[in-house]
Amino acid sequence: MIVADRKSLEEILAMVQEKHKILIVGCRGCVTVCNVGGEKEVEILEASINLARKTSDQPIEIETVTIERQCDNEYVAQLKEGINTYDAVVSLACGVGPQFLSEAYPDQLFFPGVNTTFFGGAVSHGVWEERCQGCGTCIIHHFDGLCPVARCAKSLLHGPCGGSSDGLCEVSKETLCIWDMIVKKKMEQGRLNDLLTVMEAKDWRSARDGGPRRSIREELIP
Amino acid sequence: MDEYKSGSNLEKILRAGHFAFTGECGPPKGANVDHLKKKFAHLKGMVDAVNITDNQTAVVRMSSLAASHLLVHEGMEPNFQMVCRDRNRLAITSDILGAHALGIRNMLCLSGDHQSFGNHTQAKNVHDIDSMQLIRLVTNMRDKGRFMNDEEIDVPPRLFVGAACNPFADPFEYRVYRLANKITAGADFIQTQCIFNMEKFRTFMHQAVDMGLTEKCFILAGVTPMKNLGMANFMAKFVPGMDIPDALKKRLKGVEKAKQAEEGICFALEQIEEFKQMEGVAGVHLMAIEWEHKVPEIAERAGVLPRPKV
Repeated sequence: MIVADRKSLEEILAMVQEKHKILIVGCRGCVTVCNVGGEKEVEILEASINLARKTSDQPIEIETVTIERQCDNEYVAQLKEGINTYDAVVSLACGVGPQFLSEAYPDQLFFPGVNTTFFGGAVSHGVWEERCQGCGTCIIHHFDGLCPVARCAKSLLHGPCGGSSDGLCEVSKETLCIWDMIVKKKMEQGRLNDLLTVMEAKDWRSARDGGPRRSIREELIP
Repeated sequence: MDEYKSGSNLEKILRAGHFAFTGECGPPKGANVDHLKKKFAHLKGMVDAVNITDNQTAVVRMSSLAASHLLVHEGMEPNFQMVCRDRNRLAITSDILGAHALGIRNMLCLSGDHQSFGNHTQAKNVHDIDSMQLIRLVTNMRDKGRFMNDEEIDVPPRLFVGAACNPFADPFEYRVYRLANKITAGADFIQTQCIFNMEKFRTFMHQAVDMGLTEKCFILAGVTPMKNLGMANFMAKFVPGMDIPDALKKRLKGVEKAKQAEEGICFALEQIEEFKQMEGVAGVHLMAIEWEHKVPEIAERAGVLPRPKV
């Protein structure tokens, strides 16, 4: 799923500083699962902004709504009524959400309430980790299902680099060296030969480097 | 056409079977050419080639290409270092062509320390290709006369191509295979990371010899003289992939502070003596970090002077 972190209250307060009436829109998709932009978090943000504005003697009117998915125009359309009655709208969806909203309602101002971080999952309660970079050409079958493009700090296709130490990456003691994992798995399972080749340079056209991407499925186009 | 791949001095020395002795020099944090030339002067006649580092530890410095060119102007031979962190394949390729055009004949292919270690930690890193693919890219340019996209090159660059190897990173059992892969990719020579753990290095070299790697590639053992105990502690703590045994720290600690530099040099000299005898080791790469003025003394005492002419 797409993982995000809530922006700091200070940053959100600065965005809505001059506003008197705002709407906070949550999303029931990924950001609900990673506990950052669902119904509960919308309520928390509402209370926090209200309190901060009251304390600074600049009360604000806040309404809230959480829709099924902000990345789907069918659900975005549900906001149509009254959307232009607010001074601004804060979206707690991933970066896709406020953009779908901005495109659907060009007369309104939309602010992001979260920082979208990565594609990943929860490895333990409260801890999410990156697993995929969306490079557009998956090659993890070469690496026993582990992705060095997303998980090696240098995206090496022939690791581990000289900074790998005790199974950890040189950039942080909190980060596992994915190449250590790949190599150990190959060695344990007697498939080291898989790694003794020089891979072709990756074709980054399918990644963001090729420009903004589009996915077309002819069979679904009416 | 001669038999040499690039005809560099380093290539000639190694092919003639001499024990090679290379040095290293970091370009300045600025455009201070005078200071750089002073550092070069210490190395002149002392080493077969000088590695010119490329924004080492991700700290921005004068470009390794420009500094390598300045070294050529001084009548010396650079080993132009290139990291994959800062350049995509276009920049890499054009810098390789430029290097050849400027009279540079050796190049060392590296991934590069992560930018989080340096002084521009906010930078976006590139890593379009990795060091293994860089070796392949530059050797294909030289040997096949082709760019990475398979287009033909009008006058291919001729470079003697090196790669790095850190026998002390983990997992240790895999290190010799990674070395093998760099040789498969096309590396002509290898310069190892600074060696302090001699026991581990002996094991590593046994493996490399057993696998026949030392017959396919020249391996230069990395030596860095310690200036003092503080340097040893700093490197152990902050430089990625360093293996500094307690015994060495103890040895430095065992002498008074003013004599620690001499003790560090003595350890380096003992290492060099052993490397001269060690099967599969074709030379030493001396990385006297910001200590270039000590190189003449170390070279003299190591008995590697005068440098052979081929």
